[in-house]
Amino acid sequence: MTETKEFEPKIIAFLCNWCTYTGADLAGTSRLQYPPNVRIIRLMCSGAVDPMYVLKASLAGADGVLIGGCHPGDCHYQEGNYKARRRVIALKEILHSAGFDDDRVWLRWISASEGSRFAETVREMTEAIRAKGPNPLKQMWAV
Amino acid sequence: MKMSLAVENGNTLATLQAFLKRLLEKNLVDVLLVPMRTPGGTITPTLVSQVDLLDQADPLAPVLPINAATWAGKISQHQPRPRLGAVLRSCEARALVELTKMAQASLEDLIIIAIDCAGTYNPPTFLEKQAQASSNLWMELYNAARQTPQVLNPELRAACQVCEQPVYEAAPIRLRLLESDLGQSLLLEITSEIAEKLGWQANESQGMSPEVEALINSRTQAREQAFTQIRTRLEGEEGIPGVFAACVRCHNCMTVCPICYCKTCVFKSAIFDHEPMKYVEWAQQKGAYRLPADTMLFHLTRLNHMALSCVGCGMCTDACPSELPVGMVFRSIGQRLQQTFEYLPGRDVNEPLPLVTFKADEWTDIGV
Repeated sequence: MTETKEFEPKIIAFLCNWCTYTGADLAGTSRLQYPPNVRIIRLMCSGAVDPMYVLKASLAGADGVLIGGCHPGDCHYQEGNYKARRRVIALKEILHSAGFDDDRVWLRWISASEGSRFAETVREMTEAIRAKGPNPLKQMWAV
Repeated sequence: MKMSLAVENGNTLATLQAFLKRLLEKNLVDVLLVPMRTPGGTITPTLVSQVDLLDQADPLAPVLPINAATWAGKISQHQPRPRLGAVLRSCEARALVELTKMAQASLEDLIIIAIDCAGTYNPPTFLEKQAQASSNLWMELYNAARQTPQVLNPELRAACQVCEQPVYEAAPIRLRLLESDLGQSLLLEITSEIAEKLGWQANESQGMSPEVEALINSRTQAREQAFTQIRTRLEGEEGIPGVFAACVRCHNCMTVCPICYCKTCVFKSAIFDHEPMKYVEWAQQKGAYRLPADTMLFHLTRLNHMALSCVGCGMCTDACPSELPVGMVFRSIGQRLQQTFEYLPGRDVNEPLPLVTFKADEWTDIGV
């Protein structure tokens, strides 16, 4: 048995290249402090997030998944974020109906200029997930 | 317009075959996609070009070996294509409408000949019952479908037992079998344009629709019960991992699904093949690693990709070697999704698929 350590949430973030990823970059260059619990994967658009990516992360034991895109109306590809919104609604409905905790999946609009909003979102999510505890799927070998 | 064909000598099937022949003879269509009786006694969807072979057509046989929407799609998808007549049950017609939205079918040169459905057996049950039957199987089912109160037939395919859409009304030709006194007459609903080409006039108006409503109501009730049952399992201790615990990831459910059309499905790709030590890593992470891998990912992803268009034909359940209630899981979850997006698959070919459309001012509380 390994020693029981204090639970540190692991959050996988799928961020759009044009807004949220650039916002995260700004948080860094502005030297804003935010928890190191987030692992960022950059995509060109929130509309490019196949629900499968979120599911794979969750089933493999990620404690939370953050999807970040441009504010509605600001998508670099005009409508990717609007479609992402519908997909996330469907995904959360499916997770909920299948008996999983859909509150571990967050969608947030964060623009390239909102470095502080990115840092704040990561802080907020880390604490919310910490309060929930580890993703139960992390212990389930049979899924 | 509504019309009625007289059944001669009590031979309903021959009347129906004569009607189908007329579609070819009057050159309304080039070919017909219709369930045919094979020399071995099985029923299979068949593309028929020669009129006299329609003596072997048997759309009434209560069996659904495949959802023929897949083939109606392949044969109509793009130019050059035939003028196709497709004899389809409601779940097949609705799947075809969904495939049309996905650009995997075209209704442009296609005439759906929808037959009211009283329910179907799976192929083994059908063959068994056919071998034992004293009277004809379909007549029993159509008579039973009109009984009040309705008695559930546990031998029907699970999907049929809870099918609340036995009638597909949007077809240019509809055989109103549930409204017909089948020994006497065959009622049709047909566009006046097609009737004119066939040389026919309206000659009948009223059917026996109240009984159809009773059937739909009892099926809806049965469906709600089945939903409650499966949802209790999905949301309870067992969860979806428990319900799908015996999945062997054979992909049969996906292969027979009329909606799953992708030719390069990600689950058939090499994405999920990994280096040997990767599996070991995962086994070490969780202490053990279930094989075949990614069964849960497979089902949850497929739900995301197709449940909004799930027409509830239940082919997936029939195809599952582990006898899992795949169709009921997908229908029950699909129904919630469909309600969220106020979408009913197969309702209207002009209604866009929910995940390819959007409104700017919807769900504005999300993401902020």
